[in-house]
Amino acid sequence: MERGRSRATVQGGCDDVTTDMATEEEKSVTDGLHGVSPDTARQLLRDMLLYRRFEEKAEEAYAIGKIGGFCHLHIGQEGVAAGCIAPLRESDYAISAYREHTQAIAKGIEPRRVMAELFGRAAGCSGGKGGSMHLFDIEKRFMGGHGIVGGQVPLASGIAFSIRYRELDELVICFMGDAAVNQGAFHEAMNMSAVWDLPAIYIVENNAYGMGTAFTRVSRNPIEEKALSYAIPTTVVNGQDVLETYSTFTDLAEKVRDGEGPQFVDVRTYRFKGHSMSDPVSGTYRSKEEVESRVENQDPIALLREKLFDADELDQEMLEEFDAEAKETAQEAFDFADAADAPEPDELYRDVYAELNPNGRLFFDGLDRPDFAR
Amino acid sequence: MAEMTYRQALNEALREEMERDGDVFLMGEEVAEYDGAYKVSKGLLDEFGERRVVDSPISELGFAGLGVGAAMTGLRPVIEFMTFNFSILALDQVINSAAKMHYMSNGQIGCPMVFRGPTGAALQLSAQHSQACETWYVHSPGIKLVTPGTPADAKGLLKASIRDNDPVAFMEGELLYNLKGEVPDDDDFVIPLGVADVKKEGDDVTIITHGKMVNVAMQAAQKMEKDDGVMAEVVDLRTLRPLDVDTVIESVKKTNRAVYLEEGWNFLGVGAQIVSLIQEEAFDWLDAPLLRVTQADVPMPYAKNLENLAKPNAKRVIEACNRVMYR
Repeated sequence: MERGRSRATVQGGCDDVTTDMATEEEKSVTDGLHGVSPDTARQLLRDMLLYRRFEEKAEEAYAIGKIGGFCHLHIGQEGVAAGCIAPLRESDYAISAYREHTQAIAKGIEPRRVMAELFGRAAGCSGGKGGSMHLFDIEKRFMGGHGIVGGQVPLASGIAFSIRYRELDELVICFMGDAAVNQGAFHEAMNMSAVWDLPAIYIVENNAYGMGTAFTRVSRNPIEEKALSYAIPTTVVNGQDVLETYSTFTDLAEKVRDGEGPQFVDVRTYRFKGHSMSDPVSGTYRSKEEVESRVENQDPIALLREKLFDADELDQEMLEEFDAEAKETAQEAFDFADAADAPEPDELYRDVYAELNPNGRLFFDGLDRPDFAR
Repeated sequence: MAEMTYRQALNEALREEMERDGDVFLMGEEVAEYDGAYKVSKGLLDEFGERRVVDSPISELGFAGLGVGAAMTGLRPVIEFMTFNFSILALDQVINSAAKMHYMSNGQIGCPMVFRGPTGAALQLSAQHSQACETWYVHSPGIKLVTPGTPADAKGLLKASIRDNDPVAFMEGELLYNLKGEVPDDDDFVIPLGVADVKKEGDDVTIITHGKMVNVAMQAAQKMEKDDGVMAEVVDLRTLRPLDVDTVIESVKKTNRAVYLEEGWNFLGVGAQIVSLIQEEAFDWLDAPLLRVTQADVPMPYAKNLENLAKPNAKRVIEACNRVMYR
């Protein structure tokens, strides 16, 4: 294939989320619907409302001890899940890090099965063995939440390698947080994807902080420059504007399907909650005022709502109906998860291996276990 | 039977499995145009093309992870590490991705793949290029570990490893590649994982070992037989997970004495696990403490005399056998 991208460039561009976004908001309100149809725009609103209500329900469940371990909420970043995944086909793959509840839902996993997984129940999408950070559904082609920062990036390249190997009309999108771009795994995977023209879109959900460290404190250059040295075309998107995100990803998916090789996207967004449920929303690393200002001015749901109002494509009644529906689905997910059974004890040993060889011993703990584990 | 080198046996296994299954591909540093750093993949690029024999950049973490991603979607990658020393860079993807994927996904997503290359010391390659990596791999559930010590085992076990539905670490040895031996002509010669091989029968003492050290154990056993009429039984584990515990226990119950020989370090080494299993399952049959012969507990030195002191050898195996036989 002709390599026409020895000089990759950055497309798009919004102001950095850490700079003044208010004017950006004012501008974006007048931008119309980014060429997105009103039906699709309303669906994106419903999707984001569901993600918001789902995450609020998870927050509530965590607070009363129904969910254990780490739990990383996506509140504030719903536009990324909705806008990046909605343009894809069912046959496309998605893979992510550990802030992935809403992405799993966006890719088609039923909210109740995601909630049941957070609760550690057998009916969860990973049978209760994965938890919040390891949501999987092979049928929906959601290839996991992964817990080591950047670890999923080479996996995405491998999935893309498979697609290319089999000459399929599919692609993979790979979500990662901004901190992942400082990992070696990221750079090695970018390089190989570029060398082999792999059908992948790498998305940095750039919420400006890796846990409690501002990205600008740990990198001299911005995210949007990180893939340029691998000659991967890069796009900057305002992830708080779901219509811009949707429209951009519709175009990018088409490019990848046309065999143009990998794409890299710096999606600017903002996390309204703490890094995980155990962390404060604000504190030493970002001020209360900063968070409040983002919540006030950069809520992806409010921004879309206002656009639809302005375009006369939404009224208050419809909005309330959408929200009631989202709340109901979230509550139903909670009730389902709460009533679901814990995994059977013999699940402990099941699925460590895909194949139990007829000879030899695979387990060495000396404990009694079902026959299937030998 | 045909006589061939360990290298040729591996090459044949790769060729046969790639012919048999179009989902098998080989990726690693220098595997294609260069024919492999140790020529294991010689001729495969010509035969299968660059789609299936892929030269990678020097990015162990990256291409190991890429292999896992490919396996997650049903391909059967054979990922070559030029040596397992370099795979230390890739361990996150081996342990955190490959070994756990099937479990974390509740059995939805497997990783049918092989990580292969030489482990252990060659000659005067010093500290960073001379380490036996078995323990790092076998410690984690979810990954299997295969360590052939002869050409026949190399061929039969590599074919089984490629066909296995789990991630398999397949550890060879630089000093084994030129080793010659008889390999069955059967064009589908497969040795199942989890079956140890008694390489030499004996009643007096059991030497248990794996990988390259099988050949050192055989030298020691033959010398003891010739010099002193001592009949040592040599049990080659061949695969460490799954582990053929029954063959080990059976041999120990016959000889009542055992020595573990391995190339790696002593502390929490493979032998520590074997010794633990023997005392749990054959305590009453033991007539002497179990001993282990391992590498000296130091990074591998460069100087020839120091390297020789650090490596396990037949002399040290014989000394250990004599101690457990109270000779």
